[in-house]
Amino acid sequence: METVYQLVAKWFANKPAWMPLAIAIAVPILFILAVYLLIFAYTTLVERKTLGRVQNRYGPNRVGRWGILQPIADGIKVLIKEDIVPRQADKFVHFLAPVIAVIPSLLLFSVVPVALGFVPVNLNIGILFAFAVSTASVLALFMGGWASRNKFSLLGAMRAVAQVVSYEVPMVLAAVAVVMAVGSLSTVAIVEAQGGGFLNVSNWFVFRPWGFVGFVLFAIGAMAESGRTPFDIPEGESEIVAGYHTEYSGFKFALFQMGEYLATIAMAGITVSMFLGGYYGPGTGPGFLGGLISAFWFFLKLGAMIALNIWIRGTWPRVRVDQLMGFAWKILLPMSLINIVAVGIWHYTASKALAWIVTAIILTVSYILLAKLNAAETIEKRTYRYVT
Amino acid sequence: MGFLGKGLLDGMVVTARNFIGSYFDKERLVTIQYPEERMELPENSRTFPFLVYDGTPDRLRCTACKICETECPPQCIYIVMDRDEKGKPRQRPKIFDIDISVCMQCQICVEVCPFDAIKMDNDYEKSQHGRFNELVTHLPDLLKPNEYYHKVKPTEASKVDAKLKAEAEKKAKKAAGAKPAAAPAKTGAPPAATEPSPAPKAFGASSG
Repeated sequence: METVYQLVAKWFANKPAWMPLAIAIAVPILFILAVYLLIFAYTTLVERKTLGRVQNRYGPNRVGRWGILQPIADGIKVLIKEDIVPRQADKFVHFLAPVIAVIPSLLLFSVVPVALGFVPVNLNIGILFAFAVSTASVLALFMGGWASRNKFSLLGAMRAVAQVVSYEVPMVLAAVAVVMAVGSLSTVAIVEAQGGGFLNVSNWFVFRPWGFVGFVLFAIGAMAESGRTPFDIPEGESEIVAGYHTEYSGFKFALFQMGEYLATIAMAGITVSMFLGGYYGPGTGPGFLGGLISAFWFFLKLGAMIALNIWIRGTWPRVRVDQLMGFAWKILLPMSLINIVAVGIWHYTASKALAWIVTAIILTVSYILLAKLNAAETIEKRTYRYVT
Repeated sequence: MGFLGKGLLDGMVVTARNFIGSYFDKERLVTIQYPEERMELPENSRTFPFLVYDGTPDRLRCTACKICETECPPQCIYIVMDRDEKGKPRQRPKIFDIDISVCMQCQICVEVCPFDAIKMDNDYEKSQHGRFNELVTHLPDLLKPNEYYHKVKPTEASKVDAKLKAEAEKKAKKAAGAKPAAAPAKTGAPPAATEPSPAPKAFGASSG
């Protein structure tokens, strides 16, 4: 936004002062709406086609060549559907819930740096803002379940809230590790700290021991936040009918789906900024061409994270709700705390080689220990006391 | 060497292999996009009967003997013999109706036909817009050439052709041998070798 303001202020030098400001506000908003909604639409298509290929079938390929008009067809279908609201439902809350599902995801995009010098809003508390806003989407899940006046929806909503809240903790702690290493909450500063190095690649945090663990923790947390498989208990299609969005039809349902996908994409964007080097890649540098290349690298990495999400969705079965909670509190949380210790050791060790060895050993040993401590009980052969 | 999460990663390898393989390997993409593509049916698949003709539609093999009409369990065949002006039967059907909503594809009509005239087709796209009269197939729609029979069921058609040819030769030889030109100089006139009939044993195979 600042860059746009500086560029535009020159042209509007002799106009009222609000004009460059208005343009500087409008441009990032339009950018987010245009780019990310398009990415969302085609992510739905790519997901369906990829899942189809994984499952030995074609994805949608009837609507346009290779199905590229499918998102448009889906949009039209959803808009012309009848909007059914249950008679006893709480109308106001029922109306608001999908809206509240979408807005945090859109807000999240404003702190994701897209290219060198291009972030919609340059907050110096970027990461804090991101987590605060993503947690607000929990409210939408609960509102959706409550307002439907349906016991199953309420149950789905309860489980959804439990899931989201418990996966917030390791996710935030994994991000804390990165913030500790960088020393700033601003997403731009975090990306800048990953520049330089061999081909602009070797400084990425994912190539550090604590960064790798943090990446895995954050990615798992991000998948649980947006309710993607394998954590889609809230909206499991074969489970509790459709969980908290059973009673929604037409555009409201589409808004819930949009909220979920946008949250996935936004969290992918934040993962890329925090662990995968943001817009840094070979060729990123100042100047127009360098900026263009940096945007290319960002979107390539975003696409890779989305592809990883889709790959995981096509592979892993749904986690049972008690396994889900156990996983978050008994494995991910201790791992994230140990990760923070590891970052601290890394930061204060002068010799990098020693830091590598020590942190790698700490993290591997704790992983193995956690696995052993959480292993399911092996059932032994029965022995009988009074066998004759 | 199983660490926590190894199964997850193995699963991802399987899916990746499926995904990439689906672009190269026919086995990993088994969709047949009907109606642009159709599945290859095995030779023995059958739906409803049809009548075979050799060459032109008036050289059909059926002689309206009504054996299939009698043997058909749900009685879905209706035959009326063609008669000429004087009322003498020509050995061909005037009306040959098969009601495919009744036909149970048991193939008994094929098994009992002495002339190898009625055979099973494997065309399944027979929907009509009505339930009663529209589902009765009449004689013009039932007549299909021998080449079609070869296309649909090659081995069976070859066997039937060989059997018919053998019978035709036997008949010709018998006819030639029935007028012995005086001398038994025509050695080997009665065919010494009765060729074993290669066709699948049809009831009433002796057509003479």
